[in-house]
Amino acid sequence: MRSIWRTLDRGLLRDIALVCLADGVVGISYGAISVGGGLQFWVPVALSLLVFAGASQFLFVGIVAAAGSPVAATIAGLLVNARHVAFGLAVSEVIGGGWRRLPGSHLMTDENVAFALGQEDLRQKRAAYWACGIGIFIFWNLGTVIGAAAGSVIADTDVFGLDAAFPAVLLALVLPALRDRSTRTAALIGSVVALAATPFLPAGLPVLLALVGLLFYRSDKPALEAVR
Amino acid sequence: MNHTVMLAGILILAVGTFSLRLAGPLLRTRFELPERAQQVMSAAAIVLLAALVATAALTDGQDHAGIARPVGVLVGGVLAWRKAPFVLVVVAAAVTAAGLRLLGAP
Repeated sequence: MRSIWRTLDRGLLRDIALVCLADGVVGISYGAISVGGGLQFWVPVALSLLVFAGASQFLFVGIVAAAGSPVAATIAGLLVNARHVAFGLAVSEVIGGGWRRLPGSHLMTDENVAFALGQEDLRQKRAAYWACGIGIFIFWNLGTVIGAAAGSVIADTDVFGLDAAFPAVLLALVLPALRDRSTRTAALIGSVVALAATPFLPAGLPVLLALVGLLFYRSDKPALEAVR
Repeated sequence: MNHTVMLAGILILAVGTFSLRLAGPLLRTRFELPERAQQVMSAAAIVLLAALVATAALTDGQDHAGIARPVGVLVGGVLAWRKAPFVLVVVAAAVTAAGLRLLGAP
């Protein structure tokens, strides 16, 4: 654990801390919304601990609080979380082998995957992934407990503009990768497809459809590949 | 709602989500991937994250997100493009959206 702190420079650590803090505030609102919607204290808390995937948790409590079917809530949550398969393929080397795969997989979020992909070498990627994952896990769960216990402290984080902060976080983290032309083309086409599909498909599916953008991706070493 | 049903739903979602997350690392230790495939995997993650940004910035459920949020994200994006510090990017996006809402923007 100590090597994580030594590998991370101070700037990156500060950036990660900011994201953790923001996640904690959203966690408070999530806990408050859940309890305010009539769910018992343990429901949002158990979801944060065991599922640990914000978007799917909001969806789940939204559906069951509106007296929807828990089966529908579970399926909707799984659909939203399906993107983690692709994340796992991209960061498996970062997570490492053996027992690390278990906690490392549970800690997988959009934010720490984006932080890891933005680093140069494997050591830095690994340190960013684990530090951000552990940090978010602590703050998200702490926030959930506080929000669920206190009830309606912060029900609406839109007032603070946090709904704009999270896309901006991910955007800032993926921008360096988008300087590569082929990746940018794939990402742009994928995003347009996702946006076009959003009005017609259930949550989670439009983002998965963005993967068709990969049809336009050419990896940058065709010559080398041909020589082999 | 019945406690048992609720708990079952939560547990299925938890186990399912964990399986989705573990699938990548498990598959990858079975097969050694060539450099090119690794690049495609990274590109796939970037494409998904970019689509998340686009949908989170511009849509809310199956509707559009109004004005305040997209403009906030845009301000953050421009600052990030100009290589402004990360903290500034995030705070500027939030403050812009919050400010526009104070002014009555949807």
